[in-house]
Amino acid sequence: MTKETKNPSIDRVDGRMKVTGGANYFADFELPSMAYCVLVGSEIARGTISSLDTKKAQGAPGVLGVFTHQNMPPIPGWDAPIGGQADGPPPKPKTEETYRILSSPKILFDGQPIAIVVADTYERATYAASLVKATYAKQASRTDLSKHVAEGIAPGGSGDYSRGKADAHQTAPITLEANYTIPIEVHNPMELHGILAHWTGPDKLMIYAKTQGVNATQNAMAQAFKLDPKNIHVHTEFMGGGFGMGLRTWPQETAVVAIARKIGRPLKLVMNRSQMFTLVGHRPYTVQTIRMGADQTGKLVSINHAATAETARYEDFTEATVNMTKFMYACPNVSTRYRIVRLDRSVPIWMRGPGEATGAFALESAMDEMAHKLNLDPIEFRLRNYTETDPEHNRPYSSKNLREAYEKGADAIGWNNRKPQPGSLREGNWLIGYGMSTGVFNAFRWEASARALLKADGSLTVQSAVTDIGPGTGTALTMIAHNVLGVPVEKIKVEYGDTSLPKAPSQGGSAIVSAVGSAVFDACTAIKQALIELAVKDGSSLAGRQADELTLANGILSVEKEPGKKLTVSELMQVNKLTVIDRTKESKAGPDHQKYSMYSFSVHFVQVRVNPLTGVVRVAKAVSVADSGRIISPKTAASQMIGGVAGGIGMALTEEAVIDHRFGRFVNNNFADYHVAVHADVPAIETIMIDKPDPIINPMGAKGMGEIALIGFAGAVANAVFNATGQRVRDLPITPDKVMQKLV
Amino acid sequence: MAQNEHPGDELEMPDASRRHFLKQSSALAALALAPTAAVKAVDTGWDQKIAAAFEQLPLQVTINGTVQNVSIEPRVTLLDLLREQLHLTGTKKGCDHGQCGACTVHVDGQRVNACLTLAMTTEGSNVTTIEGLATNDHGATARLHPMQEAFIKHDGFQCGYCTPGQIMSAVACIREGHADSPEEVREYMSGNICRCGAYANIVEAIMEVKQGGKKV
Repeated sequence: MTKETKNPSIDRVDGRMKVTGGANYFADFELPSMAYCVLVGSEIARGTISSLDTKKAQGAPGVLGVFTHQNMPPIPGWDAPIGGQADGPPPKPKTEETYRILSSPKILFDGQPIAIVVADTYERATYAASLVKATYAKQASRTDLSKHVAEGIAPGGSGDYSRGKADAHQTAPITLEANYTIPIEVHNPMELHGILAHWTGPDKLMIYAKTQGVNATQNAMAQAFKLDPKNIHVHTEFMGGGFGMGLRTWPQETAVVAIARKIGRPLKLVMNRSQMFTLVGHRPYTVQTIRMGADQTGKLVSINHAATAETARYEDFTEATVNMTKFMYACPNVSTRYRIVRLDRSVPIWMRGPGEATGAFALESAMDEMAHKLNLDPIEFRLRNYTETDPEHNRPYSSKNLREAYEKGADAIGWNNRKPQPGSLREGNWLIGYGMSTGVFNAFRWEASARALLKADGSLTVQSAVTDIGPGTGTALTMIAHNVLGVPVEKIKVEYGDTSLPKAPSQGGSAIVSAVGSAVFDACTAIKQALIELAVKDGSSLAGRQADELTLANGILSVEKEPGKKLTVSELMQVNKLTVIDRTKESKAGPDHQKYSMYSFSVHFVQVRVNPLTGVVRVAKAVSVADSGRIISPKTAASQMIGGVAGGIGMALTEEAVIDHRFGRFVNNNFADYHVAVHADVPAIETIMIDKPDPIINPMGAKGMGEIALIGFAGAVANAVFNATGQRVRDLPITPDKVMQKLV
Repeated sequence: MAQNEHPGDELEMPDASRRHFLKQSSALAALALAPTAAVKAVDTGWDQKIAAAFEQLPLQVTINGTVQNVSIEPRVTLLDLLREQLHLTGTKKGCDHGQCGACTVHVDGQRVNACLTLAMTTEGSNVTTIEGLATNDHGATARLHPMQEAFIKHDGFQCGYCTPGQIMSAVACIREGHADSPEEVREYMSGNICRCGAYANIVEAIMEVKQGGKKV
């Protein structure tokens, strides 16, 4: 099979493990004389600990130690000159503060760990943690970005962007200016974060982690403890969701490793749900302003896009919030500006779709608003400003089939039922509206390695250190190996999520099928070449044939023009006295990649129902179209897309972490009050794959889709709510109070 | 509030364990009233031994068909008993507050959140976890329950963490008679959160099992 052929659907290869409870996540491992850690969090957002009483906790039954800034064992790598990052030494632009867990009495955010209690059972550790008492010298804290937007600073790294005339907006015939707000959203994977740390020797460490990259965790721990990475073994075969929060090693993980060394027992930390809101990142509160100009023919004249996001005082977190605006539409005058404000908050981290999802909400809402002003269909407006080349970098896209995606999605949702005049469709007591939005994300191909082992019995093992946090990486790698070597899917075993396997990048940025898949492709291709070389050499029954005359499928080599002429792989290996053919390959992007802009695209369509009496918005239908190259595993790919819809419904309608700014503390840090989408919120969803191979990116022609599944979705809902009601909600989530405020 | 509004408040214990409980309570109270003795006990590590002796209570519960006799602290939840002491880690902890459904198991056929169930309350009960759903129970050779098959077929999961809870809940949802339409399933499955967002596939899986008419 080649990339010219569509792939069949196969079941998820780890499905059986997941439905039987046999899949082991980090907290499921059991180690001899393992003890339990519980974190105690600060009760203020800014200030200093004045006193800390740990005596009662120390004396509670089963307690093995109470660790605070007064007795925390050293983390040798952290004694190096201090940079901005809490989990490693790389110096970044100077921040106001430095956060080293349990290293000083200074409090930089609410919930910051002030103690770690260790006991022989989970219950005893939890009880003892409740006995730790602190008093504080409290300082006034700043946690409300909306009050401090003017204090934004330009982060290091990429600066402001502009092309064309800066003042084009002022002379455009039709103009629009609008502010859009995204609240704090929290990844909240179902699996609680934590770590299981086991020192197997004085300098040897075994870690069961909740990480999106075992190699990244290995390196972070090697730096922190000044160890050779080879002495650190990290295992994460199964991870109960990450959505970005597992893309770094968090300070409390490192602290648990240090304490495990001091105590001399394996330690397990499983954080609680409320700690998931403060200690493992979040999507930052971001305010955006878009100014857009167009002419009467529906051509964009200018776009200015400015975004300001919160970060911590101890670390500058940045993301690509304004990037989509630079290249999405043919527009001669574009400028973008990105600022951050340092607050008394814990640091954010990329959350699915990351900044691009934040930015797409603003840009794609504004596109809808402008289309309405121009009296144009929103798809037609996008088509009038369609670009076949990347206007930011002045180079072609490696592939872009967005026109087809608009068309197919529009057909599937029944776009022709949409009325241009808002508020004109009704079904019973409900107002009906249609909305759409575009999503886009970089198609990366990072360096990765993989190993493939073909045995004489015809079975194949594929290995890579990459984790599978849920997208179906193992299933996609199985299909890639199958396509190259023709080994039946049920005879392929993929081993992953362990640092003993060939190095791979962290699972993030929608890059894994492209990166690790290419390495698997190369390793399997090397095996195929070895087989063919053996098959055509002197003495073989296929001797003298040209290599390209041979085909390989189901463990049989055959010659197309000589029907009946066959050689099984097992015969071939036996004759050559081989029990295994073993190849490891490193794979990375070639120089060609510089000549193209590579992106995955998506289009989301929704039909919403809005109740005019209550303001309740329901997503009644959703269609998501992916233009992400060749689809490797259709079933798991479709699941990725429906997952983006569920996440997008939460982002659009319900998700918002609320801070009581008097205390800098969350008031809804649990699943009862922070509403992620549940079954009742999510309708049946239609996913459509354009499924055309990208000719440049990698040998499979596949681009990523984890981010584009979410990017743009919230905008489609906002646009549909406008179409249903005539009311434009520009601050997420679109809760009934906001809809009602505008309806009455 | 009138007293008779709490008919369930009265402790229902077999006589033997009631006596046992009272004996322990008064001994603990005596200890608490003698602070110097208590401090001394801490210094000598006696508190540990006393705690170990006093804090444990016997529990007999049948889990996946096997009678388990364990000795546990009364504050241990069913979830932590399963995971930390019996090593049945298929049941997952997602919130510890009964808000996510990841820990759903069956107690005497009813779906419950194991994190909100004190293990001691399951005395004499039959508990079924995800490990006990497939017939034969032994890993790869076991025949899967129709709901497990349907979850694989419809890809009703991604990361797999909420899956044991979803499946246990789904089986109960059909048994309760709450799976007559996709809308009804969505309503009665809303206590089980899936952050990967596999909902649409989960509903398909449940509807197929329901319509297939196989015994669940």
